[in-house]
Amino acid sequence: MPTMNLLGRDIDVDAEGFLTNPQQWDADLAKALAANIGIDLTDAHWTAINFLRKDFETQHETATLRRVSTVGGIPVKELFALFPTKPAKKMAYVAGLQKPKGCV
Amino acid sequence: MSDMIVPSFDDESSSGRKLAIICSKGNLDMAYPGLILANAALGEGIETHLFFTFWGFDIINKETMGHLKFTFVGNTSMHMPGSSMGIHHMLGALPGATAASTKMMKKMISDLDVPDVPEFLDLLHGSGAHMWACRMSADMMKLEEKDLYEGVEAIISATDFIELTDGAQLLFI
Repeated sequence: MPTMNLLGRDIDVDAEGFLTNPQQWDADLAKALAANIGIDLTDAHWTAINFLRKDFETQHETATLRRVSTVGGIPVKELFALFPTKPAKKMAYVAGLQKPKGCV
Repeated sequence: MSDMIVPSFDDESSSGRKLAIICSKGNLDMAYPGLILANAALGEGIETHLFFTFWGFDIINKETMGHLKFTFVGNTSMHMPGSSMGIHHMLGALPGATAASTKMMKKMISDLDVPDVPEFLDLLHGSGAHMWACRMSADMMKLEEKDLYEGVEAIISATDFIELTDGAQLLFI
């Protein structure tokens, strides 16, 4: 499994660059990950990211786009505006989680 | 320590990719493949068009979209998902059989946390799907835009749809 250095820390990632150890994540790292994919985090981004992190604690898997919308209360349209083109994957990446596995 | 690994979210090979899905069936089990594939494509940033025609109109008709049915009649896979126990399809013709099998399939779908058809359309609409209704089907069924799901952009002809989906990959369901 590859390791990469970000903010002077060694981070475990998968072949695509998604974090494999959610414990290595914090807010500073989220900003750095977002910057990697050209996103400047606003409060609205943080609402989504915080939901993903909190949901992961109880579900042990990454929330799908629909779950962020129905359970997290953020409309799908807004998620596409915040994390353009591939919101589910981009949110998961910035939140230091794996890509969602669910179909819907 | 190795170099920075960043996912290629805006991979150039996927930009400009376009998908067209023709939904021609109104059975509950034939509605979902199109909806699920459209959702997956939208999540990958692919421009996605759905064209509802013939019985597929039931998916976007406000009167019917929440009441699609699943039947064993004429179904060559004569078993419920998750069970290999065969059921003779003639039994599907008994009174109440379609209602019972529909109820069972709806429960299986919702247990998987997959939305029902109207909510699925909302999800697709919110994700930027382009939904179109077939002109000939609308005329045959005497339906107008006001009878259809709000996310449907327009009633268009087959020619319009072919023009709109120039260069798209196409699925007929």
